[in-house]
Formats: sequence, structure tokens, C-alpha cells
Amino acid sequence: MIGLQHYLTLGAMLFILSIAGIIVNRRNLILLLMCIELMLLAVNFNFVAFSSYLGDTAGQVFVFFILTVAAAEAAIGLAILVVLFRNRQSINVQELNTMKG
Amino acid sequence: MFQIILFYVFAAVLLAAALGVVFSKNPVHSVMLLVLTFFNSAVLWLMAEAEFLAIVLVLVYVGAVMVLFLFVVMMLEVNVEAVKRGMTRYAWPAVAIALIMAIELIQLIWLRSGIGEGPGIFQTHPQGYSNTKELGAVLYTEHVYAFEIAAVILLLAIVAAITLTMRKRPGLKQQNISQQVAVRAKDRVRVVKMDSEERQ
Repeated sequence: MIGLQHYLTLGAMLFILSIAGIIVNRRNLILLLMCIELMLLAVNFNFVAFSSYLGDTAGQVFVFFILTVAAAEAAIGLAILVVLFRNRQSINVQELNTMKG
Repeated sequence: MFQIILFYVFAAVLLAAALGVVFSKNPVHSVMLLVLTFFNSAVLWLMAEAEFLAIVLVLVYVGAVMVLFLFVVMMLEVNVEAVKRGMTRYAWPAVAIALIMAIELIQLIWLRSGIGEGPGIFQTHPQGYSNTKELGAVLYTEHVYAFEIAAVILLLAIVAAITLTMRKRPGLKQQNISQQVAVRAKDRVRVVKMDSEERQ
């Protein structure tokens, strides 16, 4: 029977994949943003699984708010990305070294 | 049995699509595979009886956020060749960290969860139970303050996105509406009194 642990494992694997993606993709800022979206999805998986397991709707309310904040984050992040591309003609992460970071 | 097969099929497609998102060379393919990922997660959430969130995921994520991503990816012409070259340099640390995290998390979930033998079974609801109604009853009473804050955050996102991307381009011809409205006939037409001249 499919239960809590299956969903948690799936969420963990998604999270691990997105972390690997963030480490590997050092060239493209858009891919980094997409990996962050994947990470949020993995977290939401955990919330939904525990909400169903405990029979408590609070977890689903949390997912709702995470979706809201993630949408806002994606909108602002992409706006910053567009401005960045307009100013530097590149979204390569390794070329963004003006602050010597 | 049917549920188990469904879960494994959709989970496999989900993980394959997520792999494709991370390792695809073309950003447009990445966005399309991310859409597939979200669709599969929506199905899995449906199976966990979170129907409202599954619909919201499809509507908000696939319908709005991913379209925004696709729009930006297509607007910025990214050099695909440059993306290809930078991939392999950090591959080994990524694999190592992923393996360590996988071992830790799977051990934590399966051996030390404290749930006991076998998977923790989800609670099922009787026929006619409305997940949306249940969420709405909690959302507008218990969490109404957080709900208002979420609305403010969305407003903030609108204002921030517009102010960030708005710019004054030099040499752009624009009309000044107030000047146009305030104009009088005598500003535009000059009536000149003169005698008629002889035909030549």
C-alpha cells in the first residue's frame, strides 16, 4: 500500500535532484530559478503527505501559502533577470562578479 | 493494487522529468519538462486526497508561472553552446552531495521515522467529502491574517515586477495626453486676413 514514506521518499529524491541541479548548472540563471521551483515542489510534497497522514488541513493551508510566495518570487526573480540581461547581455552566473563575491 | 501501479508510474515519470529539467541542454526543453513535472505532482497530490491543491498547482504553476518562465526563456536568447561547456566541471561534487543526502534522507524516512512497520497509511475520507470546502473553512477563519499577508505579497510582486522592468527608452515618441486635451483651436489654426490677389 502506498503511504507516507513513499511520498516522503519521492519528495526527498526531488529535493536531491534540484540540489544537484543547482550545483551543476553554473551557467544559466534561469535554470537555477527552475531548480528552486523544483525544491519548493519537493517541500510541498512533504506537506501534502503529512497533511493526509495526520488528517490535518493545516499542512495544505501551508502549501497554499508556499505556492503564493513562490509565484511572487518567480515574478520578481524573472523581472530582475530581464533587467540583468538588458544591462549585461548575459545571464551567466560566473560573469556576475562585479561585487567580487 | 491499481493505486500502487499508478503511484509508481507517475512517480517514475515525475523523477525522469525532473532529471530532464536539471540536465537538459536547451532551456526551452527544461521549461517543458518542468511543466510535465508539475502535472505529475498534481496527479500524485490527487491520489493523496489534496484535490484543491492539485488544481491550484495546475492553474497557478502551469498556467501562470511556467508561462512566465517560457516567455523569459524565449525573450532572452541564451547561448546554448556556452551552457554545454560549463556542465561537467561541477558534476562530481554534485553527485557526491546527492548520494550523501539520498542515503541520509532515505535512512531517516524508512528506518527512523518511528511510524513502525510498513508505510504510514493515509487517512481516507467518505464519498461526498469536499477538500475545497474544508480548506476554505479553515483559510478564511483561522488563517485569515496570513491570507491577507499573502494578498499583500502578491500586490508587492506586481508592483516590484512592473517597476523593475519599466524603462524610459531614449528617442521614443510618446503623446502627452494633458497637452492634447488642453489644446485650443487658436493654438493650432491661424486665420490670416489678406486681400485677394490678381490672377497671374
